[in-house]
Amino acid sequence: MKNNSLLLLFLTFFKIGATTFGGGYAMLPIIKREVVERHEWLSDEEFVDALAVTQSLPGAIAVNSSIFIGHKVRGIVGALIAMFGSVLPSFFVILIIAIFFARFTEYPMVQAAFAGIRPAIAALIAAAVLKVGRPVMKKRLNLLLVALFLLLSQVFSIHPMVIIVLGIAVGLLLFRLKEQPESEVDPQ
Amino acid sequence: MMILQLYLTFLKIGLFGIGGGYVMLSLIEREIIEVQGWLTLAEFVDILAIAEMTPGPISINAATFIGYTTAGFWGSAFATAGVITPSIILVLLVATLLKKFYQNKWVQAAFSGLRPAVISLIAGATIFVARTALIDISSILIALTAFALLVFTRLHPILVLLLSAVAGIFLNIY
Repeated sequence: MKNNSLLLLFLTFFKIGATTFGGGYAMLPIIKREVVERHEWLSDEEFVDALAVTQSLPGAIAVNSSIFIGHKVRGIVGALIAMFGSVLPSFFVILIIAIFFARFTEYPMVQAAFAGIRPAIAALIAAAVLKVGRPVMKKRLNLLLVALFLLLSQVFSIHPMVIIVLGIAVGLLLFRLKEQPESEVDPQ
Repeated sequence: MMILQLYLTFLKIGLFGIGGGYVMLSLIEREIIEVQGWLTLAEFVDILAIAEMTPGPISINAATFIGYTTAGFWGSAFATAGVITPSIILVLLVATLLKKFYQNKWVQAAFSGLRPAVISLIAGATIFVARTALIDISSILIALTAFALLVFTRLHPILVLLLSAVAGIFLNIY
């Protein structure tokens, strides 16, 4: 059942913030599990759109998406509560490290644990492509576009912001062509 | 004054850090080391290692750490507030506008092109991270196992992360 309480919003993003290693993309399977599958705050498609928006704006993906999703669930108060949830774990962990043991990364036990976490992060991001991408790539045209954009960014080193702008341009262009019945282009 | 300067410097870093953590790093390097002189390069590398090993976005980690080392607790609070201020304003602005125009056909058309673009960026990140993280047989083994668990079972991703940490300790210490 859908539960939109502010406390649940805070706790959910606190949990996400406390387990986000390896940057924004690695946490996508975690966010999707919590926000789409468990609490049903967003649909599959709304989730991809939220990512598109938060990626196009400055700031960390984790912070931006907590604000965006919080706003969707409970307005401005929800946005701020979700943001505090996602930021506080990392704030306190770093504060404790800065105060007590700035050299904690040199402990062999810590290094060994991270030798395991690092490859798992690669797996998390790869799983994000499947989990987030599956509803999008059901359309053959989208699969083609993903391959094309990937080629542009990987082989020709096109900047991610340019890829985002290109995506918007392609979407608008295809829509324009579809609107004109005399056009021979048939999207989908 | 130091606290205000920390807030403004990290506000600037937050505002221009488009495209994720790695873009932010070069901004932090320029602003904090070259312009302000708050850190040495060696300290900066330490912070990177810590940021990599603690939860949360690199920009937040760096702001909290640098804020604390330059001006104590309030330094860390204000530096962190600075780096997220642009996010709060811009995301709320766009979210409010989108609520109004999400059903607009042109907005929907833009999103239909944005979706594959976003997926391609995540796929690109997979390639980048895999290249640096998969360095020996044990790391490849852990990555493949974690991937299979994530895709074929209902295990929570957080549990998969924990299991991988345990596997790392066993494979590298025992």
